[in-house]
Amino acid sequence: MIFAMLGLVAAFMAMPLVFAINQAFKPLDEIFIFPPRFFVRNPTIENFIDLFTLLANSWVPFSRYVFNTLFITATGTIGHVIFASAAAFVLAKHQFRGRNAIFTMIVLSLMFAPQVRDIPNYITMSWLGWIDNYAAIIVPSFAASLGLYLMKQFMEMIPDALLEAAKIDGASEYRIFWQVIMPLVKPAWLTLTILQFQALWGTEGGNFIYSEQLKTLSYATHQIALGGIARLGPAAAVSLLMMSVPIVFFIFSQNKIIQTMASSGMKE
Amino acid sequence: MIERLSTSLKRNKHSYLLLAPYLLMFVLFTVVPVLMSMSLSFTYFNLLEFPRWVGWHNYERLFLEDEVFIIALKNTFIFAVITGPISYVACFVFAWMINEMSPKVRSVMTLLFYAPSISGNIYFMWQLMFSGDAYGYINGFLMKNGFIYEPILWLTTEKYIMPVIILVQLWLSLGVSFLAFIAGLQNIDKTLYEAGAIDGVRNRWQEMWFITLPAMRPMLMFGAVMQITSSFAMADVATQMAGFPSVNYAAHTIVTHLMDYGSIRFEMGYASSIATVLFVLMLTINLAVQKLLRNIGD
Repeated sequence: MIFAMLGLVAAFMAMPLVFAINQAFKPLDEIFIFPPRFFVRNPTIENFIDLFTLLANSWVPFSRYVFNTLFITATGTIGHVIFASAAAFVLAKHQFRGRNAIFTMIVLSLMFAPQVRDIPNYITMSWLGWIDNYAAIIVPSFAASLGLYLMKQFMEMIPDALLEAAKIDGASEYRIFWQVIMPLVKPAWLTLTILQFQALWGTEGGNFIYSEQLKTLSYATHQIALGGIARLGPAAAVSLLMMSVPIVFFIFSQNKIIQTMASSGMKE
Repeated sequence: MIERLSTSLKRNKHSYLLLAPYLLMFVLFTVVPVLMSMSLSFTYFNLLEFPRWVGWHNYERLFLEDEVFIIALKNTFIFAVITGPISYVACFVFAWMINEMSPKVRSVMTLLFYAPSISGNIYFMWQLMFSGDAYGYINGFLMKNGFIYEPILWLTTEKYIMPVIILVQLWLSLGVSFLAFIAGLQNIDKTLYEAGAIDGVRNRWQEMWFITLPAMRPMLMFGAVMQITSSFAMADVATQMAGFPSVNYAAHTIVTHLMDYGSIRFEMGYASSIATVLFVLMLTINLAVQKLLRNIGD
């Protein structure tokens, strides 16, 4: 009984995904058939070919959008993992003034939507001269609070004795962080990588990016999807390509992510 | 005093240095913006002229004169009150069911339930399903089976907009809290159940209330924060599905109202007061719910 229900819900969850896959392989006449059909009958890769012809002819070369997204995602993720881990290490293992206040602030920031900060951030960005610059998206993403929160909780379960031992052996705080802590918390920074990757992969540049040359893959594909009836095929193909990347990423990292959240876990 | 501070700084030099890059950016892009937003909310500011102090005027206008804001407020609450608890409970119930399965099935199910929240631009598929002409999948299905004779305009008829958006939002909502719950369940010490059996826990409900839930309290707290925040920040689904602005503001939320004044009309002072209201609202509700959750299992 429970399994039947779960199966039903799982089917509902999977429906749009299955639909996306089917849609991407449908020939044009099947997309416009009435009554509409859910499953594809004569699968074809025509949509993908159309997509690439469309992109090859676009004003800004498609490779540029790919580069933009990869660049933003890669730098944003690496920076976040390093800076958030370093900060988490300090907050988890060092005693100093203001530590609790800082952590409370970070926890509070989990409790409101990022839209609250949009307007002042725009002003800050224009003051820094970062409008229409990758930095406006990358640099703030370094300080995402969810990653730091998970990392700190994970690091707290590392025994202090280990750090003492390293200190006695003469390692500096930086070496302890880089050569003792970081290798130990591999599942945690894999989790941070995935979460940050997911957040940045879908970014469209928001209010900050205006030049076509700097726009992201997500923005470009969104435009294709808006192309209306004539482009339904390629739009389905591109949606499938875009969403498969984070899903594949997750498939390979699922266990590590669950492990991060489970071990030590989140303390109050 | 200054001397004490400087010795303390020197002693903790490494701590501060490691913390500095993150903290600097956190302050610059999160703390300062929130404070700035609060102060700007008391001004008239159009980005061109220097902000002019207007006191509580923006708030008076927001609550007393702006009918659309009242609609947005109402919609946001309806969305949040329906999707928040349902998605929270769903996250837990599904995690709990999945946890009983064999590891292989478990990871497939986890992927299946989590996938919607990371698949990004999948709205496009929902738009096709709820498309208002006979080519829409829902309409096509209903017409073929004789339930209706004419296509229903799902996304432009006021009474259908909200349910459709709620459905899509629920579908999207098994995110990071769902993962946290799965993790929490896997991590419960099995001996707790044995100890419980000796102490007189008789059925599965008691087991759930006295053992499982308290053991997962940190995860439940974390999940609550995530679900509350995302259900009050609902805007993407609404704008993607119902357009912006939606018909008669049927899908207007506080965040879409904020977008309207912030990035279209450039009334920054007024938009900041909307942001401040949103901030205070989310924080209050989050803290209240956390207090409530602390009583689990007592």
